[in-house]
Amino acid sequence: MKTLESTKKELKHLVIGVALFVLVTLAFVFFTSGSARSATPPGAKDSKTFEVAIDNFSFGPATLTVYVGSKVTWTNRDDVPHTVTSTDQKFNSRALDTDEKFAFEFKDAGTFEYFCALHPRMTGKVIVK
Amino acid sequence: MGKYIEQDRNNDGIDRRAFLKCMAWAGTGAFCLLQGGVLKSFALSQLTRNDIQHLKGDLSFIQISDSHIGFNKAANPDVTATFQAAIDKINALPERPAFALHTGDLSHLSKPEEFDTLDQLLKGLKTDRVHFVPGEHDVLNDDGKQFRERYGKDSAGNGWYSFEQKGIHFIGLVNVMNLKAGGLGSLGPEQLKWIEDDVRKLKSSTPIVVFAHIPLWSVYPDWGWGTDDSAQALSYLKRFGSVTVLNGHIHQTMQKIEGNVTFHTASSTAFPQPQPGTAPSPGPMKVPAEELRRLLGITNVNFIRGKHSLGIIDSNLEN
Repeated sequence: MKTLESTKKELKHLVIGVALFVLVTLAFVFFTSGSARSATPPGAKDSKTFEVAIDNFSFGPATLTVYVGSKVTWTNRDDVPHTVTSTDQKFNSRALDTDEKFAFEFKDAGTFEYFCALHPRMTGKVIVK
Repeated sequence: MGKYIEQDRNNDGIDRRAFLKCMAWAGTGAFCLLQGGVLKSFALSQLTRNDIQHLKGDLSFIQISDSHIGFNKAANPDVTATFQAAIDKINALPERPAFALHTGDLSHLSKPEEFDTLDQLLKGLKTDRVHFVPGEHDVLNDDGKQFRERYGKDSAGNGWYSFEQKGIHFIGLVNVMNLKAGGLGSLGPEQLKWIEDDVRKLKSSTPIVVFAHIPLWSVYPDWGWGTDDSAQALSYLKRFGSVTVLNGHIHQTMQKIEGNVTFHTASSTAFPQPQPGTAPSPGPMKVPAEELRRLLGITNVNFIRGKHSLGIIDSNLEN
């Protein structure tokens, strides 16, 4: 017959074990969803923020797929200014100096092509689903 | 190093071998001159004061380019100092240039204080005036409004214009605005029409100098080093015996001769850029500090009446 004391002890161990399991699982889920979010196309439908780097005169990723309501942020990593200019005038940044950012929230589905108005060979595309 | 012409297919006084020999010096500070059918080239270090006196012509002017005032990154933390070095170099020339052409990217970010600094520095340049065309860095965020107010009061359209000096017709063009996705530099239909009208009444013997920021020849389209509708512009100049096209943008000297047209790009006074295709991108090239001024420079252009080519001298900012 177990004493009340030993039952309490077992319960305590169980609680700690369950808590640890939950923590590890949460950490795992958080980690994997985090890495999925930074990849393209996005892993989870609830991803709302995306990053595009402007580096070496190119947009990376050049094609980004997001969902309606997502916010995309471009960051210029080059030593020269660039712009993020949509070909159909939907959005247009000012000239972004080194490390400056531009963000745009995509409220409608569709394909949005853009380029750098200073170096028009630089082109990119955001697909909104 | 001067040699007589061996083959002259275009009847322009230049054969391929001599031209290549001449071009081998490009970028190291070179002087190329066509004199009496003989193409001569000298390294600038070999050029004495007497040579320059002897070679001077009816009109001498300077091209400066890509000063990028306001740039402060590793490729050159002090572009003001190197621009001042360019001015000192020009002021030390044995012959005072009649004027200077600045072929764009005066500023790095179109900021008023950047233009102010440039204006202040140019006050020390010993010449009668400076003519400007904008680079893409000069027309940021305002479609070139500020640039035209400061430097293009007498210009048409987005800032193009022409003027005469000593019988030479100079045409300043704007090919950095209204650029299309995936494209190169662009002149646009309105400017093309203006060029056609501008040269209509000129005699074919009139020497023409065209200057614009982005090269008007296809230097390296992958890096945007060319102008989509330049062929159309040049078609209006076909009947002229001497056409010289001066550009900047690529931060290195390059030259090409095609029939009656000599294309030339000038060095920057701010920072060098890599040779076509030798780097992942055309961004500013970081070189050891002691090499920087060797890769920056100015261009001196000489016109000698009766000769159909203009003499073009590139010299770097070293010493």
